[in-house]
Amino acid sequence: MLNSTSNAHADSGKRSIQAPFGAALVKLATHHDDVVGLTADLGKYTDIMPFAAAFPDRYFNVGMAEQNLIAVAAGMAKAGKTPFVTTYGVFATRRAYDFIAVACAHSNLNVKIFGALPGLTTSYGASHQAIEDSALMRAIPGLTVIDPCDASEIMDVVNAAYDTPGTVYVRLQRGNVPIALPADYSFKTGKAQIVKAGSDIGIISTGISTAHALEAAARLEASGKSAAILHVPTLKPFDHAAVVEFAKSFDQLATVENHVKEGGLATQVAECLFEAGIVRKLQRIGLPDAFVEYGSPAYLMDKYGISAAKIFEALR
Amino acid sequence: MIGNRTPPDSAAIALLQQRAVQLKRNMLVQARGKGQGYLGQGLGIAELFAAMYFHELRYDPQDMTDPDRDRFLVSTGHYAIALWAAFAEIGLIDPAILPTYGADGGQIDMTTFDAVPGVEMTGGSLGQGLGVGVGIALAHKLDGRSARVFVEISDGEVQEGSTWEAAMSGSAFKLDNLVALVDCNGIQADGAIVMNIEPVAQKWQAFGWDVVEIDGNDMAQIVDALNWARAMNQIPKAIVLRTKPGKGLPTLEAREKAHFIRVEQNEWDLLTRELEEQNA
Repeated sequence: MLNSTSNAHADSGKRSIQAPFGAALVKLATHHDDVVGLTADLGKYTDIMPFAAAFPDRYFNVGMAEQNLIAVAAGMAKAGKTPFVTTYGVFATRRAYDFIAVACAHSNLNVKIFGALPGLTTSYGASHQAIEDSALMRAIPGLTVIDPCDASEIMDVVNAAYDTPGTVYVRLQRGNVPIALPADYSFKTGKAQIVKAGSDIGIISTGISTAHALEAAARLEASGKSAAILHVPTLKPFDHAAVVEFAKSFDQLATVENHVKEGGLATQVAECLFEAGIVRKLQRIGLPDAFVEYGSPAYLMDKYGISAAKIFEALR
Repeated sequence: MIGNRTPPDSAAIALLQQRAVQLKRNMLVQARGKGQGYLGQGLGIAELFAAMYFHELRYDPQDMTDPDRDRFLVSTGHYAIALWAAFAEIGLIDPAILPTYGADGGQIDMTTFDAVPGVEMTGGSLGQGLGVGVGIALAHKLDGRSARVFVEISDGEVQEGSTWEAAMSGSAFKLDNLVALVDCNGIQADGAIVMNIEPVAQKWQAFGWDVVEIDGNDMAQIVDALNWARAMNQIPKAIVLRTKPGKGLPTLEAREKAHFIRVEQNEWDLLTRELEEQNA
């Protein structure tokens, strides 16, 4: 859509879908009159413009005012609408946290928040990189938190968010989003699923990192090491049972995430394994406890160890 | 359906004033049960709450989920004491539970949760109410509903940036079905207004709202302003109410610490007598 920045880390030549969020939202809204779209001066940069074009009467731009964005969405949900809200993840979570917690989650309102630019998917520096948003959002009681991997999954998640009662936060990849997951995979809210079988090492990953883990696993395979991947797109509610079951089968375990390790997937896996009495060495691949500089996503992901190449090096 | 939009005569005003006094009685019962509470704010806003629930709002107390009801959002959660006082009168709660105000495990807390029938929003985090009201008003416009949205906010909340984000959007979206009721009682948690907010009325005007400023404890002025706010001219309305914390109880009006009032057990009879003497 428009001039949305493509995922610079998406290798050229791969299949991809342009603005999967917007396409799915238009389709959903065609069947559901209660769907409205809201943004805070980032309509053109969060892939919601297809919805704005198809349903101009149901699209509202509140300007640069993220607290009001969430409050207005809460009010619309109170009046029977199902608002799909877009902004950057950093602004939704850091600026409007109290509004998400009290105005939305506390009342279990049907507000679906899509926060763009998760982790290092933007070059714009620490002000725009949502590196701790999952940790923040999963701390709010009752919220559903989803980190989709690829274009197909984003489209599934738009529908799933509508069908999931209450407040939902989704980490949104925008622009030209690759297709990375196997063709027979489909998203189920709250379910972790094995997207690649293997015997030597168990990788637990979420979001775009599952795409990179799949690439790394292919290289590992070529070098004689068989890796299985458990994709955990729903970070809350967390699929404890699937993670425990998966972890039991492997002596070597790793987590991969496009998010700080503290409070993110790695923390959730560790909590869940300890609670189940499973003690394994857990290799945590994710972002450090640091603000990250300006730079292209491909450069940054490689520098901070979450690119396919770096995952391969870390696990071989 | 409660809600009579004909301009009231002086007898009707007097009846509404009696309603306000009854709300104040109910608040005293609540605060006495707890020994403390947000009595100053409650007494100061009693006239407005009486005018809202017994004059302006259109609603069916038997069905507070009717999508076509007018909504009264109390953004200041600590004004719960005034809500329960009104709810006891319109039958939403049993007056017998008023003394359980703020009690552990009780139904009527010191702040508001929208799980309680009739409570339109979860208050307490100040600065959220007006934006939520904008969202409801916008949805009503979208659905062609004639129901109106009233949001009570405090002068302290005028300090929250989010209040102004919401004010900006209320006028941009031409929400003439939205009325802000700005309770300027001159106090906040740390005492007298700690950050200057004046001139309040001009601020709302600058944000594109039609504004009137009234004595918020004068029933005739309140009713007049509510009548004025019915104009469907694509402009949201703000009523700035200058109120007095503890209004109607000179002993409390004179208190310096009016934000959260503690009263000794031996003082309650005195206060109850004082309220009746003031309204004899």
